[in-house]
Amino acid sequence: MSTASSSSVRKASEAVPDQFPAGLRVLVVDDDPTCLMILEKMLRICRYEVTNCNRAEDALSLLRQYKNGFDIVLSDVHMPDMDGFKLLEYIGLEMDLPVIMMSVDDGKNVVMKGVTHGACDYLIKPVRIEALKNIWQHVVRKRKNEWKDLEQTCVDDVDRQQKTNEDADYSSSANEGSWRNSKRRKDDVEDPEERDDSSTLKKPRVVWSVELHQQFVAAVNQLGIDKAVPKKILELMNVPGLTRENVASHLQKYRLYLRRLSGIAQHQSNLNNTFMSAQDAFGPPLNGLDLQTLAAAGQLQPQSLATLQAAGFGRSTAKSGMPMPLVDQRNHIFSFENPKLRFGDGQQPHLNGSKPMNLLHGIPTTMEPKQLANLQHSAQSHGNMTMQVSAQGGQSSSQLMQTPQPQARAQILNESTSTSVTRLPQTMQPSILPNGTTSAVLARNEFGNNNRGGGYNLVSPASTMLNFPLNQTAELPGNSFPLQSTPGMSSIVPKGRFPDEVNSDIKGSEGFVPSYDMFRDLHPQKPHDWDLQHVGVTFETSQGSLDIPPSAFSHQGYASSQQNGQNRNTSTAGKAMFLLEGGSDNGNAQSMGQQLNPIFVDGSVRVKSERASDISSQTDLFSEPFGQEDLMSSLFKQQQGSIATAESELEWLFHHNTPV
Amino acid sequence: MEVGLMQRQWVDYTKSLFLEDFLDSQFIELQKLQDEGNPDFIVEVVSLFFEDSERLLNDLTAAFDQPDVDFQKVDGHVHQLKGSSSSIGAQRVKNVCIAMRSFCEEQNIDGCLRCLQQLKQETCLVKNKLENLFRMEQQIMAAGGSIPSTELIF
Repeated sequence: MSTASSSSVRKASEAVPDQFPAGLRVLVVDDDPTCLMILEKMLRICRYEVTNCNRAEDALSLLRQYKNGFDIVLSDVHMPDMDGFKLLEYIGLEMDLPVIMMSVDDGKNVVMKGVTHGACDYLIKPVRIEALKNIWQHVVRKRKNEWKDLEQTCVDDVDRQQKTNEDADYSSSANEGSWRNSKRRKDDVEDPEERDDSSTLKKPRVVWSVELHQQFVAAVNQLGIDKAVPKKILELMNVPGLTRENVASHLQKYRLYLRRLSGIAQHQSNLNNTFMSAQDAFGPPLNGLDLQTLAAAGQLQPQSLATLQAAGFGRSTAKSGMPMPLVDQRNHIFSFENPKLRFGDGQQPHLNGSKPMNLLHGIPTTMEPKQLANLQHSAQSHGNMTMQVSAQGGQSSSQLMQTPQPQARAQILNESTSTSVTRLPQTMQPSILPNGTTSAVLARNEFGNNNRGGGYNLVSPASTMLNFPLNQTAELPGNSFPLQSTPGMSSIVPKGRFPDEVNSDIKGSEGFVPSYDMFRDLHPQKPHDWDLQHVGVTFETSQGSLDIPPSAFSHQGYASSQQNGQNRNTSTAGKAMFLLEGGSDNGNAQSMGQQLNPIFVDGSVRVKSERASDISSQTDLFSEPFGQEDLMSSLFKQQQGSIATAESELEWLFHHNTPV
Repeated sequence: MEVGLMQRQWVDYTKSLFLEDFLDSQFIELQKLQDEGNPDFIVEVVSLFFEDSERLLNDLTAAFDQPDVDFQKVDGHVHQLKGSSSSIGAQRVKNVCIAMRSFCEEQNIDGCLRCLQQLKQETCLVKNKLENLFRMEQQIMAAGGSIPSTELIF
């Protein structure tokens, strides 16, 4: 994926690469104007590129808007509108940038708080310029660590992966076969960049197949999300060859994903995200599990879910926000078992509403037929996973794929009409989550640069809700919306409504691209690109492991105003909820390196994720038109320009998987 | 007045400000930030500080006028004043802030009110001092002289 779109607001390229740390893009947040002025001056003397903010909320929206637009954040601890530590958490979750806290308080407790919340440093005011001269080290260190994590994961996982693959028990061998074929095909068509990434990486990654993930989620649920520790999870899962480290990193990502869901749900306000829920008939099990976990994790706002559900049923919810289907608050347990949830039973005939139905309410997206066609187109061209995007606009379950961002990969919406959703011939190649980010959910929308394979929200496949960015109508020609998918699928989505935020949207993942952009990103390809380019998450097809049910990865993109990456929850067929987050940026076409690999349990649906390399060009994700139009692709196409790489959250899971 | 004399006066005045704790080393740091590209930096920052502190002091006064004093709010204001005063090197002001914060923790209204009074005085004092200093600097520059580096005088 081309990390290239560095159309970030502040391009690192503007600074001469070899003058690092000069040009480091710093965001300073402090409510005290005197301090702010002094800091800015000092930072400029250090030759950094400085952006000021005197409110935490403004800072957050700036960060979301310009994903990949900053390398490091300096924040005061005491601020009137939001506690500095809270800001720190959000940044860590969403953008994973290094954050330095500052305060005139030097009490041990406060400093400790900084440490526990993940600040990479704590400066006592008055800050001296000497202290600022070295802040670049945090940026470098972080990247280095992430890369290392990634590599480590790969190395550890490769063996395990192989074993796992061998033991993989896909319900539909046919699917598997075709998935493999698709995979190969996909590989062939793979984006050269991605290839580069993988080759650069050269490490096999653990493939977190749908089944494996299911087991993981089951174990986590059993232990309780708060008590789930890698060791115990490992024991419960009892998968030969799986190491504690694999589980640990997967858990981290998963947690992040969950947190992100809730955090994002809370924060986003205006985006109408379309949800893409990849409903695929992956089979209920995964859905239920994931959803529950998600629910447990308390991620979704209740209203979001409700909205989604309502939407799913053709009722328009009052809320305009996109429902965040996938995750519900801890206390709200989605009734995943109820596939109807959103997409009702099978298609949602009632989805029709006068408005194009977007599963997401408030999102007037309708997927025009041609969009779908586009999607298909793109899908085809990419030969990647074809995600069945079953978003039905108005009719039946619509998975809204939304990808406001161009990069969107075609989202894979799988609709599982029946248990065997085999429709998707696409193979989703799980890509290993390149990020060493701690949480699985890296829903980071990176602006301009590739997104890091941020967190993904695993969405229960059952319902993949695609959020279509405002303009898209999720109408999949001919496809019944995947959401309807099999009864087994629990639609995760509709439960909650995204609290006005975009977050809920599922970004259509733009196809799955086998290569992980992330990897690429991790390697500072662009010398001047300091920030971690987001890694396009490409899914590398694990050895035949994923048949991803159409998971809609729709990502980001809010074509509309929303700049923030929204997380989309796509529910892959019941398995994982992937939230794709695409930062919608203006014009940053980030190629979404990420692909969402929906984790499909039974591979009935294969989703191919394609990496949308460019906003404009995206959408070519589905190589196989399943008849399902890749809603996502079209969505993505629609998104042009607005979305910066949207990282599909789904991808995180896939990222986990190492493409072997 | 001839330049040399003005400069000596400036040096003496500056020394006294430091010796009397009106200013501390942070002020020197600020002076280092000023350069030809930004010759008014210090004046700007200091003005900003005084505007901000005035606002904070008003807020503090209002807070104590309430029947029920919200100590958390008061503490927040004082904390901010402490931060900004330390950023420009207004040491005395900062010290009073520190004292006031302890009174806040104890919820000692009298103590707080006394500190508030002191804060107003100290802020006023340092403001005058700095205004004098800047005026002297302007005069020196107008007479064609240059301002000696503060660092060198210690």
